[in-house]
Amino acid sequence: MHALPPHCKLVAVLCFVLAVVSTPREAVGAFAAYALLLAAVVRLARVPFRTWLGRLVIEVPFVAFAVLLPFVAEGPRVEWLGLSLSEPGLWGAWNVLAKGTLGVAASVLLAATTELRALLLGLQRLRLPPQLVQIASFMLRYGDLITDEMRRMRVARASRGFEARGVRHWGVLAKSAGALFIRSYERGERVHLAMLSRGYTGTVPVIDEVTATRAQWARTAVLPAAALAVCLAGWLLR
Amino acid sequence: MHVPDGFIDAPVSLAAGAVAAGAVAVSLRGARRELAGPAGAGGLGEERTAPLAGLVAAFVFAVQMLNFPVAGGTSGHLLGGALAAVLVGPYTGVLCVSVVLLMQSVLFADGGLTALGVNITDMAVVAVPVAYGLFRALVRVLPRGRGAVTGAAFAAALVSVPAAAVAFTALYALGGTADVSLGKVFTAMVGVHVLIGLGEAAITALTVGAVLSVRPDLVYGARGVTAPLVLRDVTAAVPGGGTAATTEDAARADAEGAPAEGVPAEPAAVPAPVRGRSTRRVWLAGLATALVCAGVVSFYASADPDGLEKVAADQGIDEQAEEHGLADSPLADYGVADISDTRLSGGTAGVIGVGATLAVGTGVFVVVRRRRASAPAPAASASGADRDGH
Repeated sequence: MHALPPHCKLVAVLCFVLAVVSTPREAVGAFAAYALLLAAVVRLARVPFRTWLGRLVIEVPFVAFAVLLPFVAEGPRVEWLGLSLSEPGLWGAWNVLAKGTLGVAASVLLAATTELRALLLGLQRLRLPPQLVQIASFMLRYGDLITDEMRRMRVARASRGFEARGVRHWGVLAKSAGALFIRSYERGERVHLAMLSRGYTGTVPVIDEVTATRAQWARTAVLPAAALAVCLAGWLLR
Repeated sequence: MHVPDGFIDAPVSLAAGAVAAGAVAVSLRGARRELAGPAGAGGLGEERTAPLAGLVAAFVFAVQMLNFPVAGGTSGHLLGGALAAVLVGPYTGVLCVSVVLLMQSVLFADGGLTALGVNITDMAVVAVPVAYGLFRALVRVLPRGRGAVTGAAFAAALVSVPAAAVAFTALYALGGTADVSLGKVFTAMVGVHVLIGLGEAAITALTVGAVLSVRPDLVYGARGVTAPLVLRDVTAAVPGGGTAATTEDAARADAEGAPAEGVPAEPAAVPAPVRGRSTRRVWLAGLATALVCAGVVSFYASADPDGLEKVAADQGIDEQAEEHGLADSPLADYGVADISDTRLSGGTAGVIGVGATLAVGTGVFVVVRRRRASAPAPAASASGADRDGH
């Protein structure tokens, strides 16, 4: 799983999520089947279940939205524990929750089994414009650095007794953001000059070309194919 | 604001993906031009794009993690679209925000993979050009100077966030999967995002101001507004020792028509003429403010009848009141006839009303000024009218 070519995995995850999204929401069994499929792959990839579930937390804001849906949606109402809930709203909440969670779970699985750099190579292999991939790679390469610079400024502020407590302190934080921008931009200029002096002409040579054999494609196609089967079954048995 | 999978149906998501791909392709081309530097830099654009746009994307990514405390223990964070547009230009802004969204969705599962097109369309393709367009227009209209740039950045950021919310609502109308009425989604999304926009606007304006005071040459949106930086000879510091080169520089700074801020006055230089605030600019700025107030603020104005109307209704006075002769007019009751949404129609009517008031006011002002010019005697009364008129 970890060794599969990144572009195969990207295509597989995209197809899987597309299948999930186009499943009718009434087919509750289908979503259970998707979850089982994903869990099987997680098991196969030996990703610890705990980390996998832990990273699903990113979805929380939209869970809050989904919880609100039954209260604000239109349509016939059902009584439940003394609350008047909209029936289509309940379906809508289920729809958003199920599909959103499966999508996030699939993406987390992809990110957990693929290196950052491999992912970028995969994107390039999938014919994303090379410039875009380069920008993304620069962003990832320097992202930690810039975030660290921000952290150092925070430490510097804190060690001088500053604590942001409310709107009145926005000015200070905004000045930090401004300083951060100047530092990042100037670093970009320096990086560019350093690259120029090493013979950069606008493209970065690809050293490790990733290719996929037919067998690898076939192995990655198992998950989306199974998902497609579940999706079709969901439509037929509705 | 990151839309997850399954929120917008598959066909609309794919269509939004196509829109996003096209916009990214266009902005890749535009970003080369923008990042080539103020001097054109002789064909450097192509290869400067990747490192600079990458670092700016890293900046946008980092600044989204910077939390700004709001009262009561809650905090918000910057979205950064308007900030990027003002600092590095609209094309690079779209590009950087798109790259950040792409990476967030692939690496952090923040925003669904199939919803990537929707997210890029909302937050990059709509929000950034809207912000930059408004910024550009305001900078052109407002009096020159640093305050204008920060003010315009404030307005641009304020509008860009609800604009993204409106774009989302439009996509939701096309392919939303939940059964919530469009009006509710619109009100909730725009309402919440106007509040978010206020915070975004304050931070964006302050940040632009901070960059402007240190490296004004880096602010893309302020090119041509601030004085160009020039290299100076050390000898120029000696009084009376102004060389030919520095004189030329100073003359160029004057020719740009901008106040040479932070530059010590030197003997050889002709002092830059102090520009009075032209009435036209002040007038246009006032007009813009009034239009924003009428269009946006009245959107949120209370739909309840005002005090007098309420009392009249309670007391039964209005039974006798005849319908106003203009009740059939298209603008009756502060609403535009054929627009059914009351708030939207109220806002439109507000804008039209401001326009009409302004036209009448300007007419009075022009008449008064002409009279004052022809006869200096009634100047006292005319100046009073002048003050009232404006």
